[in-house]
Amino acid sequence: MDKFNTLTGVAAPMDMINIDTDKIIPKLHLRTIKRTGLGKVLFEEMRFETDGSEKPDFILNKEPYRNSKIIVAGDNFGCGSSREHAPWALLDFGIRCVISTSFADIFYNNCFKNGILPIRVTKDQLDALMADASDTENPELTVDLVNMEIKRPNGVTVPFELDAFRRECLLDGLDDIGLTMQKGDKIDGFEAQQNQAQPWLNSAPPA
Amino acid sequence: MAAPRTLFDKIWDAHLVDTTEDGLSILYADRLLIMEMQPQAFEGLRMAGLKVRCPDKVLGVMDHVIPTHPRDQAIEDPVARMMVEQAYKDYEEFGVELFDLVDKRQGIVHVIGPEQGFTLPGVTLFCGDSHTATHGAFGAFAMGVGTSEIEHILATQTLRSPKPKNMRVTVDGDLSIGCSGKDIILAIIGAIGTAGGTGHVIEFAGSAIRDLSMEGRMTVSNMTIEAGARAGLIAPDEKTFAYCEGRPRAPKGADWDRAIEYWKTLPTDEGAVFDKEVTLEAEKIAPQVTWGTNPEEVAPIDGVVPDPADAPNEDRRRMIQRSLDYMGLVPGTAMKDVAIDRAFIGSCTNSRIEDLEAAAAIARGRKVADGVEAMVVPGSGLIKDEAEARGLDKIFTEAGFDWREPGCSMCIAMNGDNIEPGQRCASTSNRNFEGRQGRDGRTHLASPAMVAAAAVTGRLTDVRELETRSIE
Ligand code: SF4
Repeated sequence: MDKFNTLTGVAAPMDMINIDTDKIIPKLHLRTIKRTGLGKVLFEEMRFETDGSEKPDFILNKEPYRNSKIIVAGDNFGCGSSREHAPWALLDFGIRCVISTSFADIFYNNCFKNGILPIRVTKDQLDALMADASDTENPELTVDLVNMEIKRPNGVTVPFELDAFRRECLLDGLDDIGLTMQKGDKIDGFEAQQNQAQPWLNSAPPA
Repeated sequence: MAAPRTLFDKIWDAHLVDTTEDGLSILYADRLLIMEMQPQAFEGLRMAGLKVRCPDKVLGVMDHVIPTHPRDQAIEDPVARMMVEQAYKDYEEFGVELFDLVDKRQGIVHVIGPEQGFTLPGVTLFCGDSHTATHGAFGAFAMGVGTSEIEHILATQTLRSPKPKNMRVTVDGDLSIGCSGKDIILAIIGAIGTAGGTGHVIEFAGSAIRDLSMEGRMTVSNMTIEAGARAGLIAPDEKTFAYCEGRPRAPKGADWDRAIEYWKTLPTDEGAVFDKEVTLEAEKIAPQVTWGTNPEEVAPIDGVVPDPADAPNEDRRRMIQRSLDYMGLVPGTAMKDVAIDRAFIGSCTNSRIEDLEAAAAIARGRKVADGVEAMVVPGSGLIKDEAEARGLDKIFTEAGFDWREPGCSMCIAMNGDNIEPGQRCASTSNRNFEGRQGRDGRTHLASPAMVAAAAVTGRLTDVRELETRSIE
């Protein structure tokens, strides 16, 4: 997983609530055995006509947003399914950070596992950032994970919060499996105790 | 005396392996269900040189991309075939049991877990599909997870997670005739919204929930995620035990007695505190049907399409307008005046035997309306067999419904079953998102009886106005 430290880039304003995972990546594209290459179908139904041509009004089809690294979106971003293809598609497109007033739980978790930083802000902060991102002359934001703040184009900073462990993992690009495997003896201990108390949970499938 | 705990607290506490400094828990995973949609989890293990820690606690099936035509026909779609072939390879390589396409036990992942007794009270169960909450109907903590989390569980048999909060939704009273678990859960989502349960797990309680069969409880719990909560739970009781008894993976003999003894300690203690409480009266619930593009956009069948102008704020107004534009509906239209093109009975929400019975009782002796295409997709091979043994398939085919092989089918429309752009479908599934059943397709969620009623009348219909027929 790539480390996340400071990110400066174009922020795309998506002033819409409930952007669900079907909008982020239509489910037909879940039929893949790889994690990469999904950027080209990110927001497919909003971004492309059925014949594959671009919808000119869609934000990521406009300059300077074609190279967005950040999305500023309305409430409840990522609601819908547990598909991790949603963060994979964002990442593959080049999005490393999404800013909203709230996120769906599963999507929020999945972001961290893929090196994407979801940032929760207040409604007032979101309105300000949405206005910043909508300024086509200078829609760049800087997200500083070390100091936990977003720097706006006018120099004002917006602080944000994040739990310490998640922050550490993003900063160091650490993966969860390695961390948990260090607790192997605790897992062994749990299993031994559970096998005593509820032996039926451990039974092999019936022949 | 220890502080009173909720059902969820008890299961959580009983599975806590460790806690990290900042409040994340490492939770033991008793059960993992997998299907063909997450080959990337196995790819990850392979790349890291890891094994599956407890293959016996993992069960694999194929359901999402598989066609519902007869199983002796080849899978024509090359992408679907590739995913199925990859699943065969992965499960074999990692030693995971698989119900494959010719196995009678094959079916939708959330149908087969309970059917096999793989789902049991008190367990933690995970699966890479957001409707995993279905299994919570047994008093299990069951939650949908992403591919990275599946990989984590495969490797360590644990999940890292913050502990969600407790919420209780109590539905008391008697459900009126023509209503089912589906109407209860749609009414709940309509009342609390698609984000009403975010950050919580929801315990469904009250006499109307207790009165439901296990099938009905599964339908309720299934759609918990549509209210924003990752897991739903219902206290296990005698009905739960009766459902589990004798199933292939359920405990046997002395273990069974011990299990029951333990399961009886699970229900929420008197005086336990919930972070959020909501109450609904069952009597006030009419058959529900959605009009919009998320399950919260729902109305009683005797209601009308809402007017965006009545929305409480600008965000909502725009959202409703967008939904109505997509759905091609005009404010004020009676729900009963909405004509349909397709009807789908199936999905992990409503494809169990009781669901098929309810639909058949309406379909019997009637005909699918002209111009409507209707299909029934049973939840598993075992359900299909049982339905056929009882002649339900005949009732459906005589009425003009298509009778298919089990799978997710038009719930998610990635197997070749889908609706055409602009078509309107009455569906027993769980999601009415834009494009869910096919690009530019329009979905109206409702109960099996309501969808059968729509199929035979050609429009959304109040099932209470149709006579229910004996299916014996
Ligand atoms: S039927 Fe639908 S919701 Fe259920 S497991 Fe299949 S795709 Fe998921």
